[in-house]
Amino acid sequence: MKDIIIIGGGVIGCAIARELSRYRVNITLLERRGDVSQGTTKANSGIVHAGFDAKPNTVKAKFNMLGNAMFDDLAKQLDFPFKRNGALVLCFDKEEIGVLKELYERGVANGVSGLELLDGDKARELEPYISVKVVGALYAKTSGIVSPYEMCIAYAENASVNGCEFLFNKEVCNISKEKNRWKVSAKDGSSYMADVVINCAGVYADEINNMVCDEKIKIVARKGEYMLYDKSCGYLASRTIFQMPSKMGKGILVAPTTHGNIITGPTAKDVEDKEALYTTYEGLKEVYEKAVVSVPSLNKRFVITQFSGLRAHSVDGDFIIGESAQKGFYNVAGIESPGLTSAPAIGVYVAKDVADKLSLEEKEGFIAIRKGIPRFATMSDEEREELIKTNPLYGKVICKCETVTEGEIVDAINRPIGAKDVGGVKFRTRAGMGKCQSGFCMERVMDILERELGIAFEEVEKSPGGKIVVGKTKGRR
Amino acid sequence: MINKNLVIIGGGPAGLAAAKSAYDAGERDIVILERQSELGGILNQCIHNGFGLHTFKEELTGPEYAERYIIEVEKRGIEYKLDTTVLSISNDKVVTAVNETDGLLKYRAKAVIVACGCRERPRGGINVAGSRCAGIFSAGTAQKLINIDGYMPGKEVVILGSGDIGLIMARRMTYEGAKVKAIVELMPYSSGLNRNIVQCVKDFDIPLLFSHTVVEIKGDKRVSSVVIAKVDEKLNPIMETAQEIKCDTLLLSIGLVPEKELAEKAGVQISGVTGGAIVDESMMTSVEGIFECGNVLHVHDLVDFVSKESEEAGASATKYIKEGLKPDEKVSIVGEDGVRYVVPQFLSKNASIDKLQLKMRVSGVFKNKRLVAEIDGEEVLSKKKQIVTPGEMESVILTGEQIKRIQSGKKLTLRLKD
Repeated sequence: MKDIIIIGGGVIGCAIARELSRYRVNITLLERRGDVSQGTTKANSGIVHAGFDAKPNTVKAKFNMLGNAMFDDLAKQLDFPFKRNGALVLCFDKEEIGVLKELYERGVANGVSGLELLDGDKARELEPYISVKVVGALYAKTSGIVSPYEMCIAYAENASVNGCEFLFNKEVCNISKEKNRWKVSAKDGSSYMADVVINCAGVYADEINNMVCDEKIKIVARKGEYMLYDKSCGYLASRTIFQMPSKMGKGILVAPTTHGNIITGPTAKDVEDKEALYTTYEGLKEVYEKAVVSVPSLNKRFVITQFSGLRAHSVDGDFIIGESAQKGFYNVAGIESPGLTSAPAIGVYVAKDVADKLSLEEKEGFIAIRKGIPRFATMSDEEREELIKTNPLYGKVICKCETVTEGEIVDAINRPIGAKDVGGVKFRTRAGMGKCQSGFCMERVMDILERELGIAFEEVEKSPGGKIVVGKTKGRR
Repeated sequence: MINKNLVIIGGGPAGLAAAKSAYDAGERDIVILERQSELGGILNQCIHNGFGLHTFKEELTGPEYAERYIIEVEKRGIEYKLDTTVLSISNDKVVTAVNETDGLLKYRAKAVIVACGCRERPRGGINVAGSRCAGIFSAGTAQKLINIDGYMPGKEVVILGSGDIGLIMARRMTYEGAKVKAIVELMPYSSGLNRNIVQCVKDFDIPLLFSHTVVEIKGDKRVSSVVIAKVDEKLNPIMETAQEIKCDTLLLSIGLVPEKELAEKAGVQISGVTGGAIVDESMMTSVEGIFECGNVLHVHDLVDFVSKESEEAGASATKYIKEGLKPDEKVSIVGEDGVRYVVPQFLSKNASIDKLQLKMRVSGVFKNKRLVAEIDGEEVLSKKKQIVTPGEMESVILTGEQIKRIQSGKKLTLRLKD
């Protein structure tokens, strides 16, 4: 059987892994961090773009349109949160209303259906909390929201049950050709042989490409900072609210999340350091000041967390997808917005291309359906009763703010590609994502991790490499 | 569905005191629902002393104080359920809870006392920029890790905020061998008790920097330093004054927020100032038969006052179960001129009570003032105050005569006057 190595466990790598796992082939995914969904996938707007933004005839436009159309079915198959909530692009200046029309026409050229130009009042009818200064809006009904990390985890789990091997803490440091096959070496000294290598390394995709290809690429890390508001602010927006690109710059969005919070952001600042996942005073200030231009009643008091993500911006401006000049080496690089939207289509496209070139056969027994962790919080009382009967741990609430039970946390740890730390539990179950931001439940989650993983309490981490406690107290020593 | 006269949500100091006094007022059909595996609430992790000076005229630790009330509850044979989380209260007082052994529990209650306390304000609420690495804890989480679990959250510590838990933790971590490098407070004064500033900070020579804040948290996997800066009068950081402090831990003690959500979802009207319910003198909320007391109603400074307020709520709930509610007009009670809020917010005109304690917090540090209660502009009470601070709860007790006078008016205003 042929061997394929995928480098990178973000949504792109995991989508490709899942789509390739339909075929008779050995797939190994190498991820440099300790879990999937740790890079750009973890920290982005979570928008499924309608497709009016990308320039016609670009790779971005193509995959945006294809990807957007796949979400309804895919979210059901893989059981991740998705909602087609629609989007408005707001215009605040009568003199710039022409730009809205350009966006509309661009959307039509890309094949976006259901676009509509609205005046300010009509826009406020749809979204009563947007500014009185809005003079017009583009309404895109096919825009959606998705939980990006849950989508990625769903892909990864499904790929895993279909035979894809996930190896963590494997930072690729060298790729060479040996007897017509690729030898991929990781920093820990391990190496892996493959017929095909697929580079999905996000902000590091240039480094991976440049190990192999003469045609060099450059990926710039473009930082985006976000502020997330408490669910009590959820009523402020039901659609995704963009600001029209204007003299003032690209603008930031105000959008509901699939869990009912409000997300605002991102900024866009190119940074040298590809690990620069910190927020900045200026960045957060900008996010807030621009967000209230769209929705003036957003109150900083209700922000529950801030974060930043790095988009993998290719200096060429478009996605780089496909086999490189080096046979058997694929790039899937420069996947910035609308990358998340495009991910399902990119997954299918790349998998198909690889399958064709390697003449792979589809395998029998591919499991297309993945069932997520039961969500006690969103169940009816009858469903809850039934669930607790299967395991009493579903009756023990650990995270009060998000109503996450011990049963769900144990599931998250023991699933394929299970959670290994507090962050892993959080992104899989929402424990710690509520109003108190894990103030009450972190220590209880640590207890469960200690028990389920059979590790010492001191070894429990927030995220890979970040231990939470530093030792015992005097009384315990 | 289980019929229950009185369901008490929370088995901490508020719930325990409410249960005890509801029982003593004659109610026997009571259940306390507690989400932790022990009664006592947050007191269990407050192993320092200083509790009970008002209630028991002696200094107790948190667990000791809790035990006094737990014994009273046990003595009376009041039912309680542990490891039981309340999921919702409906506006017709159906309380839905869940635990491992019973599964879903539904109580149809005649009265509900919400006594589920408060939570700590997280980092998000103050928009501190920087890393989101390990080593950032709310002070209460650190307290639990040390006092309950026996683990050290860090060795070199900066504390943001001078709330009581932060001050207590400065001392606690010092006892455990950690170095507390600074306590940084945004305001020009502390939001904690003066005695804690003396006993937990000054006695240990821990630098307490007022009008300062943390502007950046640095660290990759774990906190490596924080950047602090002075703030101007509008509380905006002055970046030129920034300085970096090496540390592996940042504790946040930046305020407590009532856990209002259960009551709010039941339709209870919430005060924008206290964050808790709006109540009348019986601690009844805007939803008939739902009462609130303790830190879910407003954040108290001393547990003794929580107990006292909750005892009133318990007795009122029993009275309500027996007698029901008569339609009544209400006098509104408001704070002005330095008085940030007053609890209760209403007084029923027909309430026949001979004593009423009004609890309040001030909005800044004031010296040599009079705390004055005025009914429709006319002074009914005046109390001299050498100093009032936001960290300490103020209160006045109205007598029967004064109450009657107030009940004949429309609006009672509490204010600071020269």
